[in-house]
Amino acid sequence: MTRFHEIVQGMDLAAFRASLEAVTARDVERVLGAGQIADDDLPVLFSPAADAYLEEMAARSAAITERRFGKVIQLYAPLYLGNECVNKCTYCGFSHELQIARVTLTPEQVLADAAILHDEGFRHILLVAGEDRRYVSMPYLLQCVEMLHRRFDSIAIEIQPLKTEEYRQLVEAGVDGLAIYQEVYDPEIYQSYHLAGPKRNWANRLDSIEFGGEAGMRSLGIGALLGLAPWRPEVALLALHGRMLQRKFWRSKIAVSFPRIQPSAHHYNPDYRVYDRDLVHMIFAMRLALPDVELVMSTREGARLRDGLIGLGITRMSAGSRTDPGGYSQPEDHDGEQFAIDDARPPDEIARAIAERGHEPVWKDFDREFILAP
Amino acid sequence: MKTLKPLIIDGVELKSRLFIGTGKFSSPEVMARAVEASGTELVTVALRRVDLNNPNDPQLSALDFSKYRLLPNTSGARDAEEAIRLARLSRLATRTNWIKLEVTPDPHYLLPDPIETLKAAQVLVKEGFVVLPYINADPILAKRLEDCGCATVMPLAAPIGTNKGLKTADQIAIIIEQAGVPVVVDAGLGMPSHAAAALELGADAVLVNTAIAIAGDPVRMAIAFKLGVEAAIAAREAAPGGESRLARASSPLTGFLREEAAS
Repeated sequence: MTRFHEIVQGMDLAAFRASLEAVTARDVERVLGAGQIADDDLPVLFSPAADAYLEEMAARSAAITERRFGKVIQLYAPLYLGNECVNKCTYCGFSHELQIARVTLTPEQVLADAAILHDEGFRHILLVAGEDRRYVSMPYLLQCVEMLHRRFDSIAIEIQPLKTEEYRQLVEAGVDGLAIYQEVYDPEIYQSYHLAGPKRNWANRLDSIEFGGEAGMRSLGIGALLGLAPWRPEVALLALHGRMLQRKFWRSKIAVSFPRIQPSAHHYNPDYRVYDRDLVHMIFAMRLALPDVELVMSTREGARLRDGLIGLGITRMSAGSRTDPGGYSQPEDHDGEQFAIDDARPPDEIARAIAERGHEPVWKDFDREFILAP
Repeated sequence: MKTLKPLIIDGVELKSRLFIGTGKFSSPEVMARAVEASGTELVTVALRRVDLNNPNDPQLSALDFSKYRLLPNTSGARDAEEAIRLARLSRLATRTNWIKLEVTPDPHYLLPDPIETLKAAQVLVKEGFVVLPYINADPILAKRLEDCGCATVMPLAAPIGTNKGLKTADQIAIIIEQAGVPVVVDAGLGMPSHAAAALELGADAVLVNTAIAIAGDPVRMAIAFKLGVEAAIAAREAAPGGESRLARASSPLTGFLREEAAS
């Protein structure tokens, strides 16, 4: 099968963008009425015309999510290993040229942060790091996974693109999930944000989630960094990416995230602001487009929005997150965060909020026994 | 009245023909109340949800296992090896050797892998497990699993969570006809009428999860399923007249024959 980057390169993106704008109410009604939505029709869900059908999409999204996933929200926590980074990306708090406190956790520090997360109840964690192999090397990563995989039932990673063989080593060590957000699907717009470093390679980044699938990662997480480009064509491409990955890696779970850059005085300000209504629209539309994928919401978003979306489409949430390496062990010091957290409620409070909304907070939904070597 | 053949699995008689799955509920408390209301004697629990090192795990401690049989399931397992590992772990931790074998490599429709299911069943039966395998409604697979010693077969009515009802009715009918072990119709039953239809077809029991768990009032829905199942069993015991393709007159054309014989 063709790689997704080849599919995007073969598209006329200007025509694609224009076709989204040209969608009519009639098109939206036809697609919403269809049983299965064809690939060609997916973009209709994300069109401006679909905005008028938000409430209907909400109801359908809620019904599908409930049937497929039940009244549950799965909880996970990110664990930042390091913020050293060789890439220069205009939107990121870890960008190479920024004068921030650079940290790579020692194994002891990793264990300390992990112990806090374990005590809070987390059994699913996401290891995150900037890109610098001198600090977060393969041996270092494998050592972290080795230390952690008996304490946590699921370990996913979100780091720079690796080769298939490296993903295979990580899978063998006990990693079951991979997240790589393409940030921007439009290759030209992508270049404008990634000024230096290996992350400039748009095609390789897009390929690497497929390398992960080929290496046997059970969960493949994708997303676009909302705010960097006009959201409708971006999220339509994200949905098509999800479909393609589902077909190609039919044994893997697909997860779609919606990281949104909020306007900020201290961090990067988005060129293409995504409003709350837009975010909510794309979540409902994604549920209709990909009924079986996990939809993930991080603590970039505030409590009101996160709580409001429980039961409407979101199935996985992070809680009590820290995006500065070592942040769990040293909570007072916020230097070196990748992005600002909006929902700063502690995990048990978030669990209570989930329960108050008639859902069960699920701390454990996988078991290390699935993948432990005999 | 014709009493139905008792439902006996591994020497244990189960009076209720309704089994309940415990996933997807809004809380363990709601789940426990729905289970109680359903009158079930057997519940399934996903091992991936349970911390088997914690004797007070909320998934297990919400239920009184002196009232219900626990049937752990291996859902999430992608192949035989994973399912076997989970089953062995389950036996140690839960002290039951009953296992619902669920090998579902496709996380989207959660359809069971027939090849891996058979491989795992063969190993687990030899290791002394009481194996209840979840399968697609494949009559040949059902016989192969029965041959290798499975305690039941559990064919799906429709994919998990779809609430679509007896989409596989014809195949299930064949399985029931050919089965020497109890047949439990599992997955896709969305309404009590679906459960009743499965039992009227001749199934020995049904397993329901999503339809009860996500109902607005799970306790009431559990009662509804209980009543639907009881209705179907009562109807079977009443020895129904059967369907007829042609109209059957109350005074049949051949009525004269009886008169002649009597005279």
